Order: sequence, then C-alpha cells, then structure tokens
Amino acid sequence: MRKFVVAFCCLLATTGWAQEEDLLGLIEEEQPEKEFEQASFKTTRIVNAHSIENTHSGVLDFKISHRFGMINTGAYEFFGLDQATIRLGLDYGISERLMVGIGRSSWNKTIDGFAKYKILRQTTKASQKQMPISLTWFSGMYVNTLKWADPDRDNKESSRLDYAHQLLIARKFSEGFTAQLMPSLVHRNLVPTKDENNDVFAIGAAVRQKVTKRVSVNAEYFYVLPDQIPDTYENSLSLGVDIETGGHVFQLHITNSTPMTENGYIPQTTGDFFDGDIHFGFNVSRVFTIVKPKEFRDP
Amino acid sequence: MKHIFTFCLVLVMGFTIQAQDKWFTRSGEISFHSSTPVEDIDAVSKTASSVLVPSTGQIQFSVGMKSFVFQRALMQEHFNENYVESDKYPKATFKGKIDDLSKVDFTTPGTYEVTVSGQLTVHGKMNPVKTNATIVVSKDGIHANASFDVTPQDYDIAIPKMVEDKIAKQITVKIKATYQPLNK
Repeated sequence: MRKFVVAFCCLLATTGWAQEEDLLGLIEEEQPEKEFEQASFKTTRIVNAHSIENTHSGVLDFKISHRFGMINTGAYEFFGLDQATIRLGLDYGISERLMVGIGRSSWNKTIDGFAKYKILRQTTKASQKQMPISLTWFSGMYVNTLKWADPDRDNKESSRLDYAHQLLIARKFSEGFTAQLMPSLVHRNLVPTKDENNDVFAIGAAVRQKVTKRVSVNAEYFYVLPDQIPDTYENSLSLGVDIETGGHVFQLHITNSTPMTENGYIPQTTGDFFDGDIHFGFNVSRVFTIVKPKEFRDP
Repeated sequence: MKHIFTFCLVLVMGFTIQAQDKWFTRSGEISFHSSTPVEDIDAVSKTASSVLVPSTGQIQFSVGMKSFVFQRALMQEHFNENYVESDKYPKATFKGKIDDLSKVDFTTPGTYEVTVSGQLTVHGKMNPVKTNATIVVSKDGIHANASFDVTPQDYDIAIPKMVEDKIAKQITVKIKATYQPLNK
C-alpha cells in the first residue's frame, strides 16, 4: 500500500512538472478583438485611382507622378518621352483613418485637394469580430488655373471648379490578391459643350496581385455609365507594377489617361488604349515621419 | 489509518508542488534596435506576456509580432509583411530558465545578476539564446532586465541586397518586465 502511495505521489509530482512546460498557457490571452488587415495595396494609389490605403498617422508622403506622351507618337517624339505631364503632391495622415492631400498638376494647371476617410477596415481571420471589407470615402476638389481663354468675357471663378466623390470598397482576399470597386461621381461646374453632363457617374474596378514580397502588378479600369459624355472620350485603363524599396515605392505603369486627378481621368480620357494611345508613366513616393508614434515621444 | 494519513500528506504535497508560486506579466517591454551608418531602426512592444517560476527558475516569454510599434510606420508595415511575416508567424516566444538560480533569493529584496538560457523562436525558427540578466526583487514585484543580440539570418529572415546597408547584422533586443504574483 505504501509503495502505491509513493508511486501515486511521484505521479502527482511529475504531473506537476509536465504542466510547467507551457507556462504561458496559464496567462494566455484571448484572440484580439479586432486586428486589421495591413497592406492591401503597396501604396495609397493604384495607378491614377486612390487605393483604400492611407498614409499612416503622422506621416507625410511626397508623391511625384509623371506621365510621358503617347507611345504611338513615333520616333520623332521619341515614343512620347519628349512630353511630360506631371503632378506633385503631398499627402498627410492626420489619424489612422483620415488622410488629406494637396497637389498641383500640369494638366490644366490644376490645383487639387482631397480628404479620404476609412469608414470600415477589413479584419484578419484571427479577429474575434469580423469585417470582410474595407470601405473608404474619398472627396476631392479641383481648381483649373489656366488663363481665361477670353479675358474680356464675364468669367466666373466658380466655373473653374470640379469635384469628385468616390466610395472605395476593397477586400484583401489573400496575402497576395486584393480587389477594389470604386463607384464614382465627378461634378464639373462648367463643361465645354452641351453634350457633356455636369455630373458624370462611373464605376471603377482595380486588382493587385503580388508577384514577390516586394513587387506587385496592378490594373485599374473606370467604366463611365452611358449617355453622359460624348463618344470621343474613352474609359480609363491602366496597368502597373509596384516596386517597394524600403522607404520608397516606385510605380511604373502604362495608361491611356493623361490627367492624374479624378476630374480628369474619369470623364476626360481621350486616348484609345488599343490604338496605341498609351502613356508610359511612374509615381514615386517618399515618406517622412512628422509625428512619431507615442511610444517614441519624450515623456 | 496511518496509510490514509500518509496518503493525505502526499496529496497535499502533490498540490503544493502544483500550486507553487508563479509570477507573471502581460505588459512586458521588448524593444529592438538596429544601427547602421545609414539609418537606425527602433521598435518596441509593451504587451509581451511572461511567466516566471522562482522555485524552478523557469522563465517564458511570448510577444505578438504585430504589437511592435516602429518609429517609422512604413517600416512597421514592411516588418510585418516582408520580414517576419506576422500573418504566418504571429508570435515570438522564449522558453528557458535561470542557470544560476541559487544566486537569487526571491524573498529578500535586492539585485541579482544571473544568466538565462533557453530557446528563442522567431519567424517559426528556434535558436538557443544565452544572456546575462538582472533580477531585482522589490516590494512591488520582481523586475527582470536583459539585453542580447540576434542575427536575422538565424531566423530565416531574408534581407534583400537593396536594404543590406540599412539593417544591422546584429539586432539588439532589450527586455524589461515587472512580474506580479499569479493567483490561480
């Protein structure tokens, strides 16, 4: 009997030891309530269009966007490289949800400003609470600052203004693949002819697929709903590659749109992609941390 | 009767062993620092979990990779997405023990220098780690501090040529934890 007791005691003791192996199990925390998906896109733009990504809180992003001329202009124009359309922009993350930006484009000498707010954020599979999509509201305002064509006429400043509103709906389906839908409305205070609507509705779609950890391919397309603008305008189609190199993201692409702002590439794309009216272009982004995260601020 | 008494005693002893005091924290600080002439990289997590068993010297840590906050937000994104692949390997853990436990008297306030050795798992790869550590026993709990170097390559963390100059060969990891008794 005593032997049995001793054996039992040993058994108990060893049980005690065996349990020690995973001490962390004792204080294991539950799954995080909400954990958001990161990096659905490499940067805040797909090609011309905004992605659901924002510049992080306290971070300033200097963007240089550049489109050469059309490839089919031939050797005389060095296949478009002789011409350039450029937009210089500054984006800033006010919070993790809200980003604002300003820019200046050579196209129509446009100055633009926008705000972009993350309404919903997709959660990871590990989250307790599940949100399948990300939803962002985007609104932009554009001022054409070209000299008046006829200065002697009664020109109204308001006629220089355009507006755009978009909902960006995206889902990161897997580590590498993300898709985004972009119902869009562009309003123009003044349009060139009676054939053009002041309000233009369009639906955009975009996809990105990572090729390696640091390289992805992207495509975006905007379908302008019928009977709003003359047939001479085309839908905007762009294909691109994103290359991430530490602090920079390089985006190289081909597109049939000359303008890089919503009021331009949605209702005023003139190039026919399949006729060779293709611009080679790039966006370069460089980020600067303006406000450090609270963990790194001096107390 | 005697047997029953022995049995009870043994049972009590058994429970004593199981219920030996454990100390824990959920707010341990783990930071790492990489320094090169080109740039410094700093990150910190303040939500590391750890359990310490004074009687056996066992010490274990666990930290969520996504809980690391970087001085620069883009680095944080790249850290999770490209380097440690946090979705695949969400946690780093350390399981080890105090080698020279006899040096520490957990009942007397004071500062004790010890060595700790064990296995560190990061990015799904496990490597042995041995480091000096300081244990401070005080009225408000047990404090532990340690600092050691790790090599990213040991944990299969690939560093592309393009950023080779920006990431140090050795990353310094610092640990700071204050333990409270675990009441079970």
